[in-house]
Amino acid sequence: MDATSIINALASLMPDVSYESGQSVDFATIYVPAASLVETCRALRDTPSLRLNVLLEVTAADYLPREPRFEIVYHLLSIPNRLRLRVKVRVGSNEVDGVVPTVQSVWPAAGWPEREVWDMFGIVFAGHTDLRRLLMPEDWEGHPARKDYPVQIRKAAQTYEPLEVTQDEFKANIERDRQRRSH
Amino acid sequence: MAELRTETMTVNMGPQHPSTHGVLRLVLELDGETIKSCMPTIGYLHTGIEKTAEQKKWQQVVPLVERMDYLAAQSNSLAYVLGVEKLLGLEMPQRVKDIRVLIAELQRMASHLVWIGTHAMEIGAVSMLFYAIRERELLMNINELVAGFRFFPSYFRVGGLREDLPRGFHEAVNAFLDRFPGKIDEFEGLLTKNDMFLHRTQGVGVITLDEALAWGLVGPIARGSGADYDVRRYFPYSGYETYQFDVPTATEGDVFARYRVRVEEMRQSVRIARQALQRISPSGSWACDDPRVVPPPKDKVYTEMEALIQHFLIYSQGFTVPAGDAYVPVEGPRGEHGCYIVSDGTNRPWRVKMRPPSFMAIQALPKIIENGMIADVIAVIGSTDVVMGDCDR
Amino acid sequence: MTAHAHAHDHAHDGELGFITTRLEWLIQWARRSAIWPAQFGLACCAIEMMSMATSRYDVARFGAEVFRGSPRQSDLMIVAGRLSRKMAPAMRRVYDQMPDPKWVISMGACASVGGVFDNYAIVQGVDQVVPVDVYVPGCPPRPESLIYGLVQLQQKIARSRA
Repeated sequence: MDATSIINALASLMPDVSYESGQSVDFATIYVPAASLVETCRALRDTPSLRLNVLLEVTAADYLPREPRFEIVYHLLSIPNRLRLRVKVRVGSNEVDGVVPTVQSVWPAAGWPEREVWDMFGIVFAGHTDLRRLLMPEDWEGHPARKDYPVQIRKAAQTYEPLEVTQDEFKANIERDRQRRSH
Repeated sequence: MAELRTETMTVNMGPQHPSTHGVLRLVLELDGETIKSCMPTIGYLHTGIEKTAEQKKWQQVVPLVERMDYLAAQSNSLAYVLGVEKLLGLEMPQRVKDIRVLIAELQRMASHLVWIGTHAMEIGAVSMLFYAIRERELLMNINELVAGFRFFPSYFRVGGLREDLPRGFHEAVNAFLDRFPGKIDEFEGLLTKNDMFLHRTQGVGVITLDEALAWGLVGPIARGSGADYDVRRYFPYSGYETYQFDVPTATEGDVFARYRVRVEEMRQSVRIARQALQRISPSGSWACDDPRVVPPPKDKVYTEMEALIQHFLIYSQGFTVPAGDAYVPVEGPRGEHGCYIVSDGTNRPWRVKMRPPSFMAIQALPKIIENGMIADVIAVIGSTDVVMGDCDR
Repeated sequence: MTAHAHAHDHAHDGELGFITTRLEWLIQWARRSAIWPAQFGLACCAIEMMSMATSRYDVARFGAEVFRGSPRQSDLMIVAGRLSRKMAPAMRRVYDQMPDPKWVISMGACASVGGVFDNYAIVQGVDQVVPVDVYVPGCPPRPESLIYGLVQLQQKIARSRA
């Protein structure tokens, strides 16, 4: 199936959303506006002619001088229909971080890939259950895969990890254990 | 009388651990020996390969991409090379496709050997590691014969292969393929009917087919739960549609099912490799004809001016790839992986992203080990065959 | 005559006498003949380290046959693989847990100088985090190279003071 037939299949279910078909050399690509992403994905998963039941990956690409800056790419697979699809969402600009709704409710597989896109590109997934750093250390600043982040940085290796409790909490824990032992 | 106070215990299976296949950190919450919840932390091997690849030329990315999933190195480079060739619109000669199939299957066998060695060793059958690595050394010898390097041969290039097959290749591979099925029987004789192995692996780490697909797991994990999805069958690449082989499946979805699937995959790999070897002539074409991408032979470089210029241009500024994006999936030993390549028309990639099967497997790990025993965590991690280099990239 | 003068000088210096020199040689021989590495395989070099420990290259004949799981029971840390910035504190903690005398072999190009990966995520050389005794180059080094590195370490232990 190519992009136009997929868009036709979707148009009957989601009449007021405008999809674009994209250029590609391998399999069908469609552009979806961010606001209707979740309903579109649910339709893609449940429509019998499409049945795209596996989310393979969620990734992003940064096209820096161009507006909108980021393109979020979803690779989908349908095992019953032997079909592949690429869904792209354009978000973000140089000043404003992009916000995209999460598709975790449609495919649970989206949890960690979306975390990785947040970690690497700084795109917020609204409604995500656990949006924190995945690959970089928890206290890292900056989003490394962006085009304006340097490849090489000069930074001393951190050889200690900061304590995860404050001084007062530490003392309170010791005091509480001492009282528990004496009872 | 004092009341018994029960609370759950949090245990950290830290990044340095003998059995976590690399640097994976699991924070387990235990109630006695039962696991209540698990939070994996990855990123301890994050190497920024994808960002580094944006600085290199197209051909220079091949060694970088090989080091992502270091047990299936040539599978990674095959995925990358197929993606770039799709963007360039190149068609490989049949001999190149057959050699690629043969080397991909040899790589699958090498990766499965490390899997069976470490999996069995962690479950307790320590000597399996020695048997498996013994066979793997023969495959490393073949790698060394072909490209001079045991581990990351970088033999696949955009446009074909690096150079022609050496003398003695057919004998070496034939000797290995004659010997290997007997060795697989030996491994099965040690493990498959072994009571202790069965007790530790049957009924452990069960995942149903719907759960596996919902969590994005396609590969031996899904095939162990009943799917018959194999990229070589569904979306054939590099001539796989002309080979005869079966795709092994199982239905129970536990650790033992995945073990059986992978052992049978090793046997099918031998079958494919034999068919491929018969089709490959000892010498012939090893790259496509496109002069923009493939450097000319050395004797022409030393005698003809155009060949010298072409050689110089290819090695100094590289070739350019038309703008666009491509994703060609490949059936690796761990599942489907492919390289999503974005090009902006210059001689460097704009974005290179590997789809990592181990990443999805570790994401699904809490789901698989919930309400299991802590001793089963090791068996399950071994059966999902995760490689942290693939997960963290 | 010169030898007699030397022995005379040394006795006055308060240097080690004959028996303690032999004892020191014995202690260093014992230390270098049974170096037990801690498992610290990070990435691809770990697989070559495993190949070194198995039957073809057999590091057990050099004494390093048991790869201990716990750092508290080992003397050698072979840092095999690329060290990322997130892993550096964990590695330092493992090193601190090892009892003296301890040695570190930095295996591979990534552990020695950062290797192929000169970027934001990799520490450019583990000697920024732990002191290294022997550097083994390669990507990954052949198991024979690593064994050569181990033998160099053994010779270094033989040369040093107990």
